[in-house]
Amino acid sequence: MTWLTWRQFRVPAASVLGAVVLICVVLAITRPELVNSTNVTDQKAFYYGSLFAVYLLPAVIGVFWGVPMVTREVETGTHSLVWNQTVTRKSWLANKMGFGAVAAMIAAGLLSAAVNWWASPIDTLAGLDPASQFEARLAPVVFAARGIAPIGYAAFAFVLGVAIGMLLRRTVAAMAVTLVVFAAVQVAFPLLVRPYLLPATEQTVTITADSIAGIRAEPGPTGDMPESLSMTRPAGAWVLTDETVDAKGDTVFPLPAAVHGCLPSPRGGGPSDLGPVQECFARTLTDLGHRQHQVYQPAGRFWPLQWVETAVFLALSALLAWFCFRRIRHLS
Amino acid sequence: MTVLRARELGKKYRRKWALTDCTLDVPAGHVTGLVGPNGAGKSTLLNLAAGMLSPTSGTIEACGGVPGSGPAQLAKVGFVAQNTPVYPGLTVADHLRLGARLNPSWDDRVAQDRITRIGLDPKQPAGKLSGGQRAQLALTIGIAKRPELLLLDEPVAALDPLARREFLQDLMETVAEHGLSVVMSSHLVADLERVCDHLIVLVDSQVRITGEVEDLLGAHRRLTGPRREIDSLPAGQEVVSVSHTDRQTTVLVRTEEPILDPAWTVSRLTLEDLVLAYLSGPVPTRPALEVLR
Repeated sequence: MTWLTWRQFRVPAASVLGAVVLICVVLAITRPELVNSTNVTDQKAFYYGSLFAVYLLPAVIGVFWGVPMVTREVETGTHSLVWNQTVTRKSWLANKMGFGAVAAMIAAGLLSAAVNWWASPIDTLAGLDPASQFEARLAPVVFAARGIAPIGYAAFAFVLGVAIGMLLRRTVAAMAVTLVVFAAVQVAFPLLVRPYLLPATEQTVTITADSIAGIRAEPGPTGDMPESLSMTRPAGAWVLTDETVDAKGDTVFPLPAAVHGCLPSPRGGGPSDLGPVQECFARTLTDLGHRQHQVYQPAGRFWPLQWVETAVFLALSALLAWFCFRRIRHLS
Repeated sequence: MTVLRARELGKKYRRKWALTDCTLDVPAGHVTGLVGPNGAGKSTLLNLAAGMLSPTSGTIEACGGVPGSGPAQLAKVGFVAQNTPVYPGLTVADHLRLGARLNPSWDDRVAQDRITRIGLDPKQPAGKLSGGQRAQLALTIGIAKRPELLLLDEPVAALDPLARREFLQDLMETVAEHGLSVVMSSHLVADLERVCDHLIVLVDSQVRITGEVEDLLGAHRRLTGPRREIDSLPAGQEVVSVSHTDRQTTVLVRTEEPILDPAWTVSRLTLEDLVLAYLSGPVPTRPALEVLR
């Protein structure tokens, strides 16, 4: 059975693994330049390109490995050839899915390792300097393209492709649906699930002039109205909430009228010094008894979160695989 | 011994019943023809027997076991599906390797001999084979697996008359050599007449008649005589079909007894006549007669 699986799988496997190896080679060639460069912003194209590649790979695996694995057999009728040899459908499916899932995890692990290694100088920098142009490893945009999470995503995308293929029985339709569903999961997970995977750190701090990182203002009838403050985030942390609260702990939004006078007059012209403005905000708000409430995942949570997220996706893969094994009995 | 036993077997696809209340026994050691018009349930019955489908109602047993229930059962039953599917990207040799890897009972000598005899190039991709060659390749895999029961669903449908004759000839030789039981479906009686010694006629998803070809032919007579009502036939003569011309009445009856009425000219039937008579549907209880001139 393994021979047949390999014989059918070798072309798609070689195509994807070939592309992964090619990316690895390009990264290996360009890395010395990155390490020696004084201004890493030159490397934005490669940085975001490699990030995109890690996000794209599981989708490609799901669509081009997962979906056709069963649907093409059903569409061409060859399932009735192979299911009538001395191999049960379940062991046939177990062999094919096992092979594909392991290959998917190897491909994703390889690409993730290469991209992590290539981007490590940038990640280190971004983790130390909150004002960096690049996001820290924990940031939603970067997180799932670092560490071991891509392995979980790849296994999930592959099994998702197989499962949707078995439901729809049409290769092209199943490919489209798999792509949409997987993209939706990739977007929804960091927004809806990841913040709750591990309990976040909370702190309420006094507002000082130095800790104010930004002021958000909206144009109002009497000039700009300050709405909210953001504070300097802890280095490398993923900030979930950053809000001003009053003495009772209730959110203050927009900021009270007392701070309106702190903004420089628009007629003053030219970028004025922010120092006095920040000082004014800090003094006024502290006098009112307001403090800043922050909820965040500290930088040290990177690996615990990676393990939990990978485990979640492997568990989802197992669930989908169980569904496939139940479904194969009724396929004809 | 029975190789295929169905009891009140039914299969429903969504809302439509493809097979209802099918009860039959197929004895071992025969080549059984499964005949019926398109959509009669032939493919459904064979797919149920192979375990490709599971029944909605009733039971079916192939070689004494539930179809598709495990490796031991799969080894006993071979199935070549309609349109004889093969992997287009795999070569002829790859297909034989597939058979060898997937079947502990694989007989490689038989497979190689057949491929050589048919004249298939082992290096040729199966996608480039003609319809006839594909059917031969699929049949080779089915035979070399050495099953007790081989199910063939319309194996010759895609073949030209010459290839059809060769295919059936070849099948006969193999059956004789290995002593396996075969159930093959076709909507062409002429194909089956050459190879089958047992027959099942399936109409509207129900079994109309089943039995050994010899017995069936022996038990049916065509009676031709002057035009008359047929109410007066003796007991024991079951009317299968009736047709009238201006002067003549032709009746097809099923009977074990000799025909004694001297008004009838009695003749034997060919298998095709017999099947067609059953396919044309149930007999009207009282055929309308025109007034004689």
